[in-house]
Amino acid sequence: MKAVLQARDVNKKFGAVVAASNLNIEIFAGERVSLIGSNGAGKTTFVNMITGYLKPDQGQIWLDGQDITALYPRAITHLGVARSFQIPQLYGELTVLDNMLVANACHDQKLSFWLPARRSVAIERADALLDRFALTEHRSRKVAELPGGVRKLLDIAMALTGSPKLLLLDEPTSGVSAEEKFPMMETIMAGLGQDSATTVLFVEHDMDIVNRYASRVVAFYSGRIIADDTPEVALATDDVRRYVTGELLGE
Amino acid sequence: MALALVGALMPKWLTFLITMAAANGLVSLGIVVLMRGGVVPFGQGMVFAIGGYTAALMFNKMGITDALFLTLCGGVIAALVAAPFAPLLSRYRGIFFAMLTLALSMVTYGLLMKLEVLGGSDGFNLGRPTLLGYKLPDDQVGYIMYVLTITVSSIMALLARIYFDSTRGLITLATKENELRVEYLGGSVRYAMAINFILAAFCGGLGGALAVMALGHIEPGVSFWTTSGEFVFVAVLAGWQSVIALFVASVVLEVVRSFSSSYFPNTWQMALGIFLLIVIRFLPRGIGSLWVKGGTR
Repeated sequence: MKAVLQARDVNKKFGAVVAASNLNIEIFAGERVSLIGSNGAGKTTFVNMITGYLKPDQGQIWLDGQDITALYPRAITHLGVARSFQIPQLYGELTVLDNMLVANACHDQKLSFWLPARRSVAIERADALLDRFALTEHRSRKVAELPGGVRKLLDIAMALTGSPKLLLLDEPTSGVSAEEKFPMMETIMAGLGQDSATTVLFVEHDMDIVNRYASRVVAFYSGRIIADDTPEVALATDDVRRYVTGELLGE
Repeated sequence: MALALVGALMPKWLTFLITMAAANGLVSLGIVVLMRGGVVPFGQGMVFAIGGYTAALMFNKMGITDALFLTLCGGVIAALVAAPFAPLLSRYRGIFFAMLTLALSMVTYGLLMKLEVLGGSDGFNLGRPTLLGYKLPDDQVGYIMYVLTITVSSIMALLARIYFDSTRGLITLATKENELRVEYLGGSVRYAMAINFILAAFCGGLGGALAVMALGHIEPGVSFWTTSGEFVFVAVLAGWQSVIALFVASVVLEVVRSFSSSYFPNTWQMALGIFLLIVIRFLPRGIGSLWVKGGTR
């Protein structure tokens, strides 16, 4: 099977803090991979290195066989990597539809000085994605007025606009109440469902979510990968129970 | 068309006032192009001066007298001079962007003051322009410059509206709120800002050329920081939502300036300041917000 993403011997330090230590990982097409680990374990650093926001001190990252280690976020986005954010990065003064149209315009490689951003083709495309993420009823509302969960969904819908090969979700359910988490993940998965070509990497702290929605778990601790397997196996390892879920803390 | 017909019935002082307001409004239109991306230049006097000096020098030194051609040359040369600075300025935001543009305009002012070949501190006069091969009679030159200026302004206003509503225009608006997300969605913030700086220079150059031909004189003061401040005043007064509001605001400035300087000769800037304070207090999105609802137009 062909790897969509490959990281080889990736290292990253911030002063004395080791954020990534000899990371070697391959992500395959169609996988739903959850990155888990306590705060400061190196999950977000890894995501930031994939998207080009941070550069590794050593090592290489490939996307579909192309070295993307030295590329900037915009170039990596155009190669097919999209991300959502722990704190949704939206345009609060614009409507939900306009936010989608911004995403649409940014993904458009042939930007125009005269082609209307609000043309029917772009609106239809935006509406289709809004529908997949159950956001149609909020279409004309200003984003600043929306509740947190809806903003999270919009953030992900915007990331999907360019039909990415690899989608990175940074804590998609953080800041959402416990009873809303599963319905929200259901909505996200339903929204992603039609994009079977999209491989998903999501950072998550809630092990119930990980168990139910991930096909594979990669656990981080102090910049190292301490487990990489199916959720059942990975979450049962001693290292994960000790350093991630805290079940063996006293031992 | 209606404005052109109305102009034929106006007294000469009013056609001149509107001509100057429309020419200055073009410079402020350039400021709004940049404001939509979240930056405010305090040095558009530079591009105004480049447009004006280009038209005046081509008229006097090269014998080119066609008003339309000189206007276009003013815009193009201003854009060409601004272009090398665009990649640098696209890296800066807020007060740093404002101060860098101010610095550029003051360097231009210093050069224009010192260079005798450009008329030094006194500047120089230019004669009466022609239009499309026709000599303009004495009693009609003001009116024809008025028609030319409002025609160019109307075309630029229309083009600006098309640009603001385009995919690039929407990215500029998004840049104002969240640059990081624009980059992560695949848009280039710096490219958008650089393009906007060049477009703003083109608008400013057009305005400078038209104003200088209407006045018949140019001097370095057009690049002084107070002139740039007036263009910003109009842009703030108009807000960034409506293109029409810009030209309304520019006319308001000219009217307030004309009447205040007649009735309060030494304190007209104070009258202008109080007027701006009132607008900012009650219409923080500018007078354009009186007829544009929502936040995206």
